[in-house]
This record gives sequence, structure tokens and C-alpha cells, in this order.
Amino acid sequence: MQFPILSVIVFTPLVASLIIFLMNGERKNEIRVTALAAAVFALLLSVWVYFSYDQSVAGYQFLEKYDWLPVLGISYHVGVDGISTPLVLLTGLVMFTGVLISWNIDDRPREFFAFLFLLAGGVFGVFVALDLFMLFFFYEIAVFPMYLLIAIWGWKQTREYAAMKLTLYLFLGSVFALVGALAMYWQVGQNTGVFTFDMLQMEKAGAMAGMVEIFGLAIPFQVFWFLPVFLGFAILGGIFPFHNWSPDGHVAAPTAVSMFHAGVLMKLGAFAALRVGIMLLPEGAVYWKYLILGLALVNVVYGAFIAMIQTDFKYIIGFSSVSHMGLVMLGFATLNREGMVGAGLQMFSHGVMTALFFAAVGMVYDRAHTRQLPELGGMVKALPWVAISFIIGGLVSMGMPGLSGFVAEFPIFMGVWKDQWLVAVIASISIVITAGYVLIAVRRVFFGDMPAQFEGHITPISVLDKIALGTLCLVMFALGMFPSLMAPLVELGVMNVLRLLGGA
Amino acid sequence: MSINFLSILPEVLMLVLGILILVLDPLWKDEKRRLNLGWLTAGGLFAVLIISLLFGRPGAQGELAWGGMIRFDMLGYAFKLFFIFAAAITALLMMDVEGTSRRAEAFALLLASTIGMSLMATASDLVMLYLAIETTSIPLYVLAGFLLDDKKSIEAGFKYLLFGAMTSAVLLYGLTLVYGFGGATGFDELSTQFASSTPFSVGVLILLVVGLGFKLSLAPFHFWAPDTYEGSPTPVAGFLSTASKAAGFAVLARLFLTTFGSSAQEWQMLLAILAAVTMILGNLVALAQKNIKRLLAYSSIAHAGYALLGVIAASELGIASAVYYLLAYVLTNLAAFGIVTIVGRTVGSDDVRAYDGLSRRSPYLALAMLAAFLSLSGMPPFGGFIGKFLVFFAAIQAGWTWLVVIGIITSIVGVYYYLTVMKYVYLYRMEGEDEESNPIAISRPHLLAIGILTAGVILVGTIFAPWFGLSTDAAASLFSAALLK
Repeated sequence: MQFPILSVIVFTPLVASLIIFLMNGERKNEIRVTALAAAVFALLLSVWVYFSYDQSVAGYQFLEKYDWLPVLGISYHVGVDGISTPLVLLTGLVMFTGVLISWNIDDRPREFFAFLFLLAGGVFGVFVALDLFMLFFFYEIAVFPMYLLIAIWGWKQTREYAAMKLTLYLFLGSVFALVGALAMYWQVGQNTGVFTFDMLQMEKAGAMAGMVEIFGLAIPFQVFWFLPVFLGFAILGGIFPFHNWSPDGHVAAPTAVSMFHAGVLMKLGAFAALRVGIMLLPEGAVYWKYLILGLALVNVVYGAFIAMIQTDFKYIIGFSSVSHMGLVMLGFATLNREGMVGAGLQMFSHGVMTALFFAAVGMVYDRAHTRQLPELGGMVKALPWVAISFIIGGLVSMGMPGLSGFVAEFPIFMGVWKDQWLVAVIASISIVITAGYVLIAVRRVFFGDMPAQFEGHITPISVLDKIALGTLCLVMFALGMFPSLMAPLVELGVMNVLRLLGGA
Repeated sequence: MSINFLSILPEVLMLVLGILILVLDPLWKDEKRRLNLGWLTAGGLFAVLIISLLFGRPGAQGELAWGGMIRFDMLGYAFKLFFIFAAAITALLMMDVEGTSRRAEAFALLLASTIGMSLMATASDLVMLYLAIETTSIPLYVLAGFLLDDKKSIEAGFKYLLFGAMTSAVLLYGLTLVYGFGGATGFDELSTQFASSTPFSVGVLILLVVGLGFKLSLAPFHFWAPDTYEGSPTPVAGFLSTASKAAGFAVLARLFLTTFGSSAQEWQMLLAILAAVTMILGNLVALAQKNIKRLLAYSSIAHAGYALLGVIAASELGIASAVYYLLAYVLTNLAAFGIVTIVGRTVGSDDVRAYDGLSRRSPYLALAMLAAFLSLSGMPPFGGFIGKFLVFFAAIQAGWTWLVVIGIITSIVGVYYYLTVMKYVYLYRMEGEDEESNPIAISRPHLLAIGILTAGVILVGTIFAPWFGLSTDAAASLFSAALLK
């Protein structure tokens, strides 16, 4: 038997969370070091998985399967493909940098890191799950620590409201998707005689055939259930008109949690929408394709415009996430190779970029105690590292060639153009707007004159912060310069999705 | 129909334990020594639990025993285990609670009630059933009003008694009609008499639902629950909301599926409407509660609605899911009430604001509370998630999608109020006090109880196969006897 690397990745944060809970809450430094050690370990393992994924074989790899509740066909079944491998790496990266950035949290660090790791364990679990039940199980584990993390350590003015709003939105989405999943289970059982939550069994051609009778109308099963399942998950991906929780949540959350939240959690929604919505219900995806395309287009353009008029530094980034996640959904909705490869890359690229953004915003806010653009200025002198990182992030966000954003967004636009050129034209407006709001933020925060009250009060960032920023920047450069590090891998995953769609 | 001592082994042992406690009561005059009454009860009950686990397991098919009075089968067995466990935990919680800790009567009444519940879950005859229900209820009326110095407790006991007596009368009326038309008292003979659904059997069903609805605190028979829970000693409230409710479910499942299997269409619809009303009302009214015991009362009303989904599905999977749900719910709700007991003892208040800053005052107690409340709201990796999952799963299979949709929407409401309580625990600070210098004192028995329960909630929520095996065995034994296949 091979080394169960994926299980180790999933359980590292969970076990670390347990250990941290049992530590003495007064010994804050020991807690931090334990957290960092676990994060480094998880990162190394995820890097290892990323580079040892065998591209010549493709398909799901590092498979492990254990019975969980065999009577009902529930198993602990994990494995990664070309789409989930980069996301596992992304989670490792964000977990590592998140711990570095949160080093100075002084209010109950034991609880903070324990909940953060519980969240990370849930996220890993979803990305590697090949069993629908297991996916839900870990999905919910990822949702509830968010409430506590935002409510306890968040921004005092909106945290209670934002945390509750976020939790209710996400729970609502996931339970609707759950009802869809249960319906799928019984449908697959009826069609194939095998009652299982195993997604590899459920995605087999013909497993989801059949009709749903409702008010005397016969609707194909896949068409009926696609919307609750896809939208239920896509809520976490921030799809319009259910995106409202996301900027509020991002802004209220403490820095590391914003990074996790925008960087990884939103991908969780998009990923589950792809894995369960599109891959298990391909006919439904084809049927509702234009609706998703339309909603995603609104996300892209509307999100960018709203970001433009924000005066709060963090809200700008919050809405830019809505806009960029719209691009992911846009890529999915094309259902063609270019668009989906772009979407897969965009999930990774946006995750890294937005983690960097939120890290930078957090560092500025911790020192200036304000995020209002008119009150800031001249930070480049005091915080050169932060300024450079933010500018790099901004360039990625605008899709500058040579950086990861370009590698991701270009194929998306190609795919969309191939499908509906007009949509591509409209969506491209967002690029201009993005450039606008990023440059405005850069100018007003980092350049110009520093307001008098900040003179001498801005302390430089620590080495740990620099490592975190540096790591994230490096990844974006690497992917931008060498797209072949990731693009072929994602393409392998996408080919599998296309195979399922072709069989529809 | 044999005389099988194994079938009533736990009841006999509990009776012996109860007598022992009453005998020791006058002998142990020393106040310190009297504290051991609780240890004796709890320890004895755990011993009974282990003996039942080792020796008390019935055959897969089940058999009638004691002249057809009881059916010795897996369904009754599973529920008996729940009751004995719940009673043991309740005994632990009753120790170190002012008013119940040194009173032998309190523990004896607890045991008497548990014996009644065990007989309820196995009763296979109308006479036995009614006797068992009364044996369960009367000690509970007394326990609810046990704190004679506390007006609220007296009110609680009295309200419970009045409500209980009235619904018991309605139930008895229903049972006499069943006897009158069926000409027998055994469930098996009756099921042949009621082999086809008639308007009459539907009428009888309504009367029975009233009687059992009170035990389950289904809306609209729930009015007693919040007041009774609020006033009674907290461990007793926990026992009422878990074991007593589970006993009602055992009777409901057995009576309706075996004797009234032919009228399934009718009672399914009847229960579905009640379940929908119960889930909506319980969750919505809980939103407005400021007293944690009242909040938990409404939440437990709502939970009865979810567990009912499994019975409504009326399939083997449905009953198994309901049994699993009740297992998870018994563990979780006992934990919740246990925490309320502990906090109430130090703080002296059951207001939700009394929980401000709890996570700083006692981090691990706060963590246990988090586990219990997340389990109640149906989040993994706690028992509540898989419980809800299974009942929804069974209900979807049986085609009750609309009921499931109501269930999930109301469970989102549930998430709101459970998390609101956690907000007080984790986010808010004590008014003008330093939390670190005001820790919550946790006594040894309480610590033991909470430890067992929290571990149980996580165990039931992560490792499913053994518990689900027990649940399916219980369901299968019922279906081997049921008309409805």
C-alpha cells in the first residue's frame, strides 16, 4: 500500500487543531510555533502531491478508499485530478502564509489557530473528496469555524452582522445542494441498481437519466436538479445575485481569515459547483449554460463597477473578488476547453492574488487603523514591501502578461469569445475598470503625501510578514512566466469534464 | 409466549437499585455520605447498561414474552439503552445541584421513571402500554416540581401534571375504543382486526396522536414544555427533553407501524402536517427566547419534528434514521442541559446574557457547549449532522420532498439562534468583571458527564457504522412484525 498522502494532508490541520486546543492558552508562543509547524508540514505535502501527480497517466490519483457507512454506500474516498491538485497546493500556501500573518494575534491565539486549522482541514477534505457525502461533511466543517473566526477576531463594527450573514447564506446554499445530492443518490440507485455516494460511480453515463414529475410537468432529472445544486454551491463562489455576503464577510474578517476566505473558500464553492453540478449533471449544465453565463457576466462587470466606487480599501478588494470569481464562473459556463482551463487557472491565480491583497490591506490597517482612501497616503516610504506586493497583486488582477492573471484570464476570454463573442466584449470592460480601481487604490494609499498623523507611527513589517508576501509574489511570477507549470495539469482535469459533457 | 427473564433484566436491576437507594436513605444520615446516593445511582445505572449490552441482546426477530405483555426485540433494546444511559447521566448531573443532590427520593423517582420508559419501549399490549406510560409520567411530574422552595418549579410540576393528565385521558379514551372495536389488547391480534383502513381507525389514530403528541411535545401539544423546562431542576429538564421524548417515539413507531400499518396513508399525512407545524413553530419561537432553558425547550420541540420525518417515511430506513437521530439528539441535548446545569449553578441565572464571556471564564466548557450547539444545529463532525442527514435521506426516498424542504429551511433558522448563543459565549465580555478571576466551578460528576457526552457527540458524528447497525437492527425487528412492508 502506498503512503496515504492525501489523508495525511486532510488530517494534519485537524489533528493540529486538536493539539492546539489541548495546549495551555497562556503559552502563546508555543501555540504559534505548533501552528506554523503544522502549516509548513501541510504545505510541503501539498507541494509534493502537486509535483508527483503523474501527468502521463492523468485521471484521479493518490486514491484511497475506506468504508464509512457501507450499508448506504458512503465511503471515505479521496483522490485528486488536474483541477483539484492546484487547489490543494493553493490551500497549503494560504494556510502557511495565513499563519505567518496572524503571528501577532494576541486575543486567545489558541482558539484562533485551532478554528483556523479546523477550517483548513475542511477545505482540504472538500478538494480531495470523491464521495458526495464526504464532500458535504467537510464542506460544512469548513463553514462553521468561519462564523467564530469572523465574529470573535473580526472588525468590531460589522463582525456580528457579517459573520451571521455569511453563515446563513452558505448554510442555505449547502442544504439546498444537499437535497439535490440526496435526490441524485436515489436516482442513480434506481437507474443502475448501485446505491452509492461515490462520485466516480455517479458520473457514469446514464446514471442520472430520468424525469421529475412536478405539477404535471415532466422535466428531465438533470435539468431540474442542476440549478439548486449548482447555485447552492456557487453561493460560496459569490455568484450574482447571492454575492452579497462576500464583501461584508471579507471586510469584517481578520486578515488571515480574509485570505482564507477569499483565497480558498470561494474556490471551494466554485469547485464543488463544478464537481457536483457540472460533472454529475452535465445535461443540466448544457441546458442552463446561458443562465450561468449571464449571471457570471453580471458578476464580472457589476463587481468591478462597485469596486470602483468604494472608499474603503478592503471593500475594494472584496468586490474585486466578486468580479474575479465571476470570471471563473464565466469560464465554467463556456463548457469548452479554453474557458474551463482558464477557469481552473483563475481559481489558483485569484486565490494567491487575493490572499496577497488582503495580507497587504491588513498590514496597512494594523498600522494606520483606518482603511478609508482619503485618510491614507504615502505608505510606500514606510512600507515599501507592502507597496511592491500590492502593486504586483494589482498587475495580476489587471491581467498583465508575465504574471499569473494573464495566463488565467486570457484563455477564459478565448473560450467565451468562441462561445458568445458579445459576452466576451462586455466582460472585457471589467479589465479596464479593474485597472482603474487598482491604480486608484495604489495611488491613494501608497503614493502622495503621508498624512501628518502617521509620520513616525508606521512601524516596518516583520520578517515573517515579508516571507509571506514574498512567497505569494513568487508563486504569481512563477506561474506567469512558466504557465506550463500548471496549464497542462489543469487541462488534464478539464478533458475529463469535457468527456462527461460530451457523453451528455 | 414465554417467561423470559432476560427480557426484563434491566428493569429488574433498576428496581433493585431503586429499593437499595430507598433502604440506604434512612441509614446514611451524614450529609457527606448522602452525596454517595448520586454516585450509587449513576454507577448502578452504568452497570445495568453494561450488563444489558453484554447479556440483554434479543434475537433479530424478537419474541413476545410475559403473556404477550412485552415484545423482546431490538427496537425496545436500543431504546432501553438510550434511557438507561440518559438516566445515568441525569443522575450525575443531579449531584451537586441544590435541592436534588442529597435526596434519595429524587434518584428513586428517576429510576422508577426509567423503568416505565423501558416498558413503554417494549410494551406490546394496550394495558401494559398505558401502565408503562403512567409509570413514566407520574415520577416525572414529581421531579419537575421537586424544588419546593421555588415557585417556578412548583408551577412547572403542576403544569406538567395538568397537561399530562388531560392528554393521558384522551389517550386512554383512544385505547378503550381500540379495545372495544378490536376485541383484543395485544398489538399483534389488533393488527389483524385493523387490517384495512376505515374512517373509524382514523378517528382513533387522532386520539392516540394527541396522547403521544404530548409526550413528544409536538405542536400544538407543546405548550407545557417551555414552562416545565424553565421551572424544573435543569437535569430533570434535560431528562424530560431526551429520554421521555424518545420513549414517546418508541411507542409511536411500534403502535403505528404494527397495529395501524394499514392506515399508513392517513397517519403519515397527519404526522407530516404536525411535523411541519412543529418544525416551523419550534424554530421560529426559539428565536425570541431570552432564557436558555426556554430556548432549548423550543429547540427540542423542533427536534421532535425532525425525528418524526423518519417515522413518517415509514420504511426500514426511515425508522433506522429516526433511531439514529434520537441517539444523536439524546447525547447532544443532555450535553446542552448539562452545561446549562453547570453554568446555572455558578452564575445563578438561566438568562442567555449569563453566558457572556464564558469562553474566557472556562474555555473547555465553552468548547463543549460549542460542540453541543453545533450538533443541535446540524453541523459535522457532530452527531446532529448525520442524524439530520439520515432523516432527510429517508424522507426523500419515501417521496416527502416538500417536508424535507420545510425541514432544511427551518434548520437554517435554527443555525441562527444556536450561533447567537455562541456569540454570547465567545464574543461578549462580562459586564464590568474580569473573566479570568470568575471561573466556572465544575464538580467531578459534572465533568464526567460532560466529558462522556461530548465524546459521544463526536463519536456518533464521525464513526457511523456501529450505531447505524444498531438502528437498522431495531428497524428490522419492527418490520419483521409489521404489516407494512
